[in-house]
Amino acid sequence: MTPHTQSAPCLSALLPGRPATFGATVNSVGGDNNGGLLESCESPQDQAQQRPPLIAIALVSATALAYEILLMRLFSIIQWHHFAYMIISLALLGYGISGTFVAIFHEKLLASFQRKYLSCILLFAVSTSTCYLLAQRIQFNALEILWDIGQLGRLLLIYPLLVLPFFFAASSMAMALLRFRGQSAGIYGADLIGAGCGSIGVIALLYLMLPSSALLVIVAMGATAAAVALIELKMKSVVLPLFILLILLVLILQANQQLLPNISPYKGLAQALRIQGTRIAEQKSSPLGLISVVESPVIPWRYAPGVSLNSTVEPPEQLALFTDADSMTAITRFDGDYSKVAYLDQQTSALAYHLRQIDKALIVGVGGGSGILQAGLHHVGQIEGLELNPQVVAIGKSHGEFSGNIFERPGTTIHTTEARGFISQSKESFDLIQIELLDSFNASSAGLYALHESYLYTVEALQAYLKHLSVGGYLSISRWVKVPPRDSLKLFATALDSLKRLGVESPEKRLLLIRGWQTSTLLIKNGLIAAGEIEILKTFCRQRSFDLAYYPGIKAEEANRYNLLREPYFYQGTQALLSEHADFVRRYKFNIAPATDDRPYFFHFLKPATIPELIDLRDKGGLPLLEQSYLILVATLFQASVASVFLILLPLKFAKHLPGRQRALYRKIFLYFFLIGLGFMFLEISFMQKFLLFLHHPLFAASLVLTAFLVFAGLGSACTKNLSRNWLPEKVLGWALCLLITMSAGYIPLLDRIFALFLGQTILVKMLISIVMIAPLAFCMGMPFPLALDRLGKAAPELIPWAWGVNGCASVISAVLAMLFAINFGFTMVILMAMLFYGVAFFSFPNCADSGC
Amino acid sequence: MLFLRHSYLALLLALSFSLTVQTWANGEEPYIAARKELFRQIEKNVRETSYYLNKSELDPQVLAALQKVPRHEFVDNALKNLAYENRPLPIGHGQTISQPFIVAIMTDLLSVGKGDRVLEIGTGSGYQAAILAEIVGEVYSIEIIEELGKSAQERLQRLGYTNIHLRLGDGYYGWQERGPFDAIIVTAAASHIPAPLISQLKPGGKIIIPVGGPFMAQQLVVVDKDVNGSLTTRQLLPVMFVPLTGKH
Repeated sequence: MTPHTQSAPCLSALLPGRPATFGATVNSVGGDNNGGLLESCESPQDQAQQRPPLIAIALVSATALAYEILLMRLFSIIQWHHFAYMIISLALLGYGISGTFVAIFHEKLLASFQRKYLSCILLFAVSTSTCYLLAQRIQFNALEILWDIGQLGRLLLIYPLLVLPFFFAASSMAMALLRFRGQSAGIYGADLIGAGCGSIGVIALLYLMLPSSALLVIVAMGATAAAVALIELKMKSVVLPLFILLILLVLILQANQQLLPNISPYKGLAQALRIQGTRIAEQKSSPLGLISVVESPVIPWRYAPGVSLNSTVEPPEQLALFTDADSMTAITRFDGDYSKVAYLDQQTSALAYHLRQIDKALIVGVGGGSGILQAGLHHVGQIEGLELNPQVVAIGKSHGEFSGNIFERPGTTIHTTEARGFISQSKESFDLIQIELLDSFNASSAGLYALHESYLYTVEALQAYLKHLSVGGYLSISRWVKVPPRDSLKLFATALDSLKRLGVESPEKRLLLIRGWQTSTLLIKNGLIAAGEIEILKTFCRQRSFDLAYYPGIKAEEANRYNLLREPYFYQGTQALLSEHADFVRRYKFNIAPATDDRPYFFHFLKPATIPELIDLRDKGGLPLLEQSYLILVATLFQASVASVFLILLPLKFAKHLPGRQRALYRKIFLYFFLIGLGFMFLEISFMQKFLLFLHHPLFAASLVLTAFLVFAGLGSACTKNLSRNWLPEKVLGWALCLLITMSAGYIPLLDRIFALFLGQTILVKMLISIVMIAPLAFCMGMPFPLALDRLGKAAPELIPWAWGVNGCASVISAVLAMLFAINFGFTMVILMAMLFYGVAFFSFPNCADSGC
Repeated sequence: MLFLRHSYLALLLALSFSLTVQTWANGEEPYIAARKELFRQIEKNVRETSYYLNKSELDPQVLAALQKVPRHEFVDNALKNLAYENRPLPIGHGQTISQPFIVAIMTDLLSVGKGDRVLEIGTGSGYQAAILAEIVGEVYSIEIIEELGKSAQERLQRLGYTNIHLRLGDGYYGWQERGPFDAIIVTAAASHIPAPLISQLKPGGKIIIPVGGPFMAQQLVVVDKDVNGSLTTRQLLPVMFVPLTGKH
């Protein structure tokens, strides 16, 4: 999952055409009373000739999008990622609220436009950091939420605080569009360019500075937007210096440490820092995470997960690496004496090194380098290591003296890349492909990764790895042992599917599965397991008190000897998967169906049918079996839906000036704008995932796809004005939706083939191909919104803000709903759903008979 | 006669008042009903988990210890009203006092009795140590966070526990000079089971480790050292949940 898909995107940017058409069609007249705080001495003639504050609009849009991504980062550090997702998703309802707000008060808002417009921008600027600071002060404990209902109350205090900045930003935009009606194309262009710059800018910003410092830049950008607006609107403000001073004051007041994330005391970093002598030696920020290097000179870290109970070697001195204040890994001191790291031979992951001489190994997920050290310990001549995060590699290299320069020793090459991308381009074969434990036990066992899309453990991924094994080579994947078994059995099922798809003979004779008290390792051989290897396997396990879970020909009495389970679940599970695969997967109470590229949720194990039983077992020790992040996703959907119903219905109840149109028109407007909101996000999220597999790097892929969708949808929207001059809006819409649905349907079977054609190309070529493929689709996706607003503007302009609100709410809901659909049915189904939404939307288009135009 | 009867009644009233005041003064009264309900729940939960625990009821001495140790003394004032709910509670410094049900079965699984010596790694609030102190001869407990260790020491002294010995510092090497131990309980986070702890465990002894994050024990790992010194582990689920359904 990427930062851009984690949260619902900036609505002003991702709902193309809305602002432009909104401004173009609203017939209400705005003007300034030139009173209040900000004075303007413009005459009515000046007003007519005045240009919209395009630079300010772009700046506000850029700042809002950057702020959204930054908040996601900050709350991922403070809490956990899935809570950040929930909080930010709901905060984006600020856009929906602004729609309601404008619908009700548009006359009053336009009566003193300049004052209120600038107030909105300034309030946005100040509220970005202030609301974040206040939200931080609320002692919300995410882990306690299933025990303590009071935590929900605290969460309900955080929401409105974070909604405020988005509400101010969206309101300023809406007011500008109202005031400068007829110039919406320029306003909309500025909005999109700003959003695009914001999404790229914040990525750069997060590489340059810590997220807390980046927040000050966001405040400064907001203040700059206000100052620019003053200049652009040619206002002679007597209080401009006061505003700037106010912003500077906010900056200075908040710069003093207060913006530093107040990390949950239950996260690994916060707990580590309580130990005597520990200190953060170094921190590196990137959009992929905040990496903290922590020294503990008094009490060593001794990080050695899953080491056998029989091991007597204490790990040497280590430096801890925390990602987003959790998920610890370690850099181990190494002076060239391998006997000091002999404990690495006491892990389940060491098995492959005993079965045959490994000359060439690929280590996936280098982290602190324990996998590299383990390979070195077993005399591997050529080691290729893959690490996605360049900051981690940089830290590893900068502590080269401490770690014995293991990343730079002869024969070792570290690639900063993603595994699937590397494998797809590599022509080499390896004796061993080792996939390290990449997640922390606590987070993994609590189900915190359930929403995490991982293309590392899918059926297609395993096929790709297996194709790069030398004859007799091994693919080795280690996972945490969970009771009841989940990861290990899902991986076993995935391996079976991969081998079957590759069409190899006797897949069951190519697998080995062992487990210790904490970790398990699955080995898949490119060849049949030999009798000699089974003997080595048995000796390896006996010496380390590891259990045999599966080898070809295993007997029941050989399993479950050292690490005793109530029943030999791992043995039973693997046997059942071999004999009655589909039936067993169906009957097992957790989801152990293999993950695929279309449904890449390896860490999602919760079956809806099991939830009632687990809830009943909550206080009997069953709580950890509930998958937190999945439940949070459902809770987010529920909260967003309730809030949306409230926001959508509110204007109808209180706005007396809304015309008493027939119910059919309201129904059509609601259906249309809601469905195109759902459709847009469903397609955007699905294709972002599809292109991620092509571009491979999650950050580049998300940025590129998001920007491409923004720009081309904007162009599509801008074109509707010209197209509508020559054709009926229904005709334009019909063609747009026809093309959109045809392209979406065509992409489902064709994308993989097109990707396969260009697999070996450079990233630049791949990016160009991606843009070419996204452009026509996004172009069409940008048209439905302005076309309907144009129609509505002629018939019932008062309903435009309401339609905007409906669409805004739909976008928040759809981001969550799309993920739920993807988890349960796959991304192809999400695309099909989007096609259906657009299809139904066509028949809900408000025609002249309904609207009386 | 009437006077005598009135005096007798007055005396009874006074006695009863005095007892009530005494109990209130001890801070017990508000919790009696909640405690009874908690023990009823724990006993019920143990019965329901018998499939995994291999027993349908708790050792009476464990139950007696749970009934005796005032859990409300181990949490902040603001949380005292929740002290007898079957849930973990925060104790500050990013630590929690475990769920009473988990404490009960962990203590039970140690199979310890009078005269035994138990080592605890991770004192926390001191509640687990106090429970053990009611059952065994001596409890040795090591806490790495200074503030927690000091407040636990003060609390346990105030409650009159003389057989609990606390030490601040690194638990990795155990407490060599006070070992070997009949049982060891490791509540501090550990990526592996330290070899020194295994060597300080008597043959026939047990190490118990609750595995999981704060506010939730995912599973309990029990290390058994047999009389010959060989080790096996058991991974127990403190919950009645059978993942496989029907035949397989």
